[in-house]
Amino acid sequence: MDEKQPNLYNLIKNGIFSENPVFKLALSLCPAVAVTTTVKNGFLMGVAVLFVMTMVNITVSIFKDFINPKVRIPAYILIIALYVSMTDMVMAAYARSAYKEMGLYIQLIVVFAIIISRAELFASKNKVIPSAVDGIGMGLGFLFALVLVGAVRELIGKGSLLGYSIFGGDAVLIMVLPTGGFFAIGLLMGLFNWIEDKYFGGMSSPGGGHGH
Amino acid sequence: MDTPAKTPKDVSAGDARLRASVGPHISSGESVEHIMWTVSAALLPAAALSVYYFGVHSLLVMAVSIGSAVAFEALAQRMAGQKVAVSDGSGFLTGLLLAMNLPAGVPLYLPVVGSAVAIIITKQLFGGLGFNIFNPALIGRAFLLASWPRYMTTWPVPHDSLSLASVDATTAATPLAILKEEGYARLLEHFASRYDMYTQMILGHRGGALGEVSAIALLFGAAYLLYKGYITWHIPVSFIFTVGALTWIFGGDPVLAVFSGGLILGAFFMATDYVTAPMLKKGQVAFGVGCGALTVLIRLKGGYPEGVCYAILLMNCFTPLLDRAFRPSKFGAAGAKVKV
Repeated sequence: MDEKQPNLYNLIKNGIFSENPVFKLALSLCPAVAVTTTVKNGFLMGVAVLFVMTMVNITVSIFKDFINPKVRIPAYILIIALYVSMTDMVMAAYARSAYKEMGLYIQLIVVFAIIISRAELFASKNKVIPSAVDGIGMGLGFLFALVLVGAVRELIGKGSLLGYSIFGGDAVLIMVLPTGGFFAIGLLMGLFNWIEDKYFGGMSSPGGGHGH
Repeated sequence: MDTPAKTPKDVSAGDARLRASVGPHISSGESVEHIMWTVSAALLPAAALSVYYFGVHSLLVMAVSIGSAVAFEALAQRMAGQKVAVSDGSGFLTGLLLAMNLPAGVPLYLPVVGSAVAIIITKQLFGGLGFNIFNPALIGRAFLLASWPRYMTTWPVPHDSLSLASVDATTAATPLAILKEEGYARLLEHFASRYDMYTQMILGHRGGALGEVSAIALLFGAAYLLYKGYITWHIPVSFIFTVGALTWIFGGDPVLAVFSGGLILGAFFMATDYVTAPMLKKGQVAFGVGCGALTVLIRLKGGYPEGVCYAILLMNCFTPLLDRAFRPSKFGAAGAKVKV
């Protein structure tokens, strides 16, 4: 990250695997628990975050020399709010049923720790292209995590996947309750670390964060 | 204190409790293993009575629950690269306690899932025996109640005599459920008299989970544990007394409150778990009072008819704090009041 010209491929890989926002950085766990009762909801949320994150990184990177360091956080928040409002309106117009379910959480993207942390840690120090790629990588990592958590919870909690019934009847109801979200994320996080430890040699976890 | 400070030598001479003798020491023969198997044995009367009341299916629920708990324990220990120590009996006891918390008629995959949650998630993932924050059997039960509320609240009617048939299709609400939904007067109508109601509660002729139907069988086992010194009176007595007293204050029937639900089972066999309860006597009393108050709160104001399980789990969170709050002052520490 400190290099002048970060390898773009590594940035993507970094976002999805070694610094996955949910499984490695433990950031933005609130939406990861709240909206991931189904694959579809997780996917929509992930796409919304992917868009906002990429656009925020690009914008912050462009304006980084104009923003006074003393007011940089409020400035970032304003930039984030701009793109979140756009996402919110687009979703309200074109994805009404999903918006009814998760509209509140779309608005909450404004305060997602992962977005502001990428703006502060990466985009404010790097050029536009790497910033955009970092946003895409992190966004894809978030999308991947939300879809995975959503899939596990929908499969176990409702006995279906993408709305198609796999095994009906006696599904494990707790998995679609908030408690189940914590179970799913915790176990997947452990699995993620275990796989990395076993097949990719050693954990490179940069340590947990305290995200919203 | 006006008397001059005594030297440690005087102290050790004066108070037998503070005397440290040199080795060799005689082993008391107590071990984790021994205690776990003794507690399991103390549950036998209640287990036997549940088979009498609910038939062979209740034996099956217990067997599946215990078997899967032991299997998951061995599996988790093997996967974590630890020594497989299922012979310490703690997995067996968790399985048995979980079964005690289930209705007799549950489908048999429920105890398997419950055991997996209890052993793998609640116990082994937190570091195994001695490191779990919550009582494993109760987490297993809470998980099942949230996942399959219908199965977990369908209570078969107890038989009058030993029957080899499977569980009756007829079901009955638990006394606490009737109390919650229809009120005390309606509950009393189910019995010949108030005295009759108490007798049936204590003997266990009523709907309920395997282990909560018979207070007398549980008390029998608990008395043995108290006699052996494996549990002390502090948690159970403060727990049960608080439930009785608070129920009475809020206008309920204290005898019914004490004997009707899983309170006896919870207070003697689950709240006293060494790992998840405070170590010191004062902390244990506070723990018991907290459990009792939360139980009454859930029973009277909550959505569930019974609150023992959640009350104990909530108080489990406070165990480290209670241990710290009632920590005795170090002997000889500056400013500490030392009574000799």
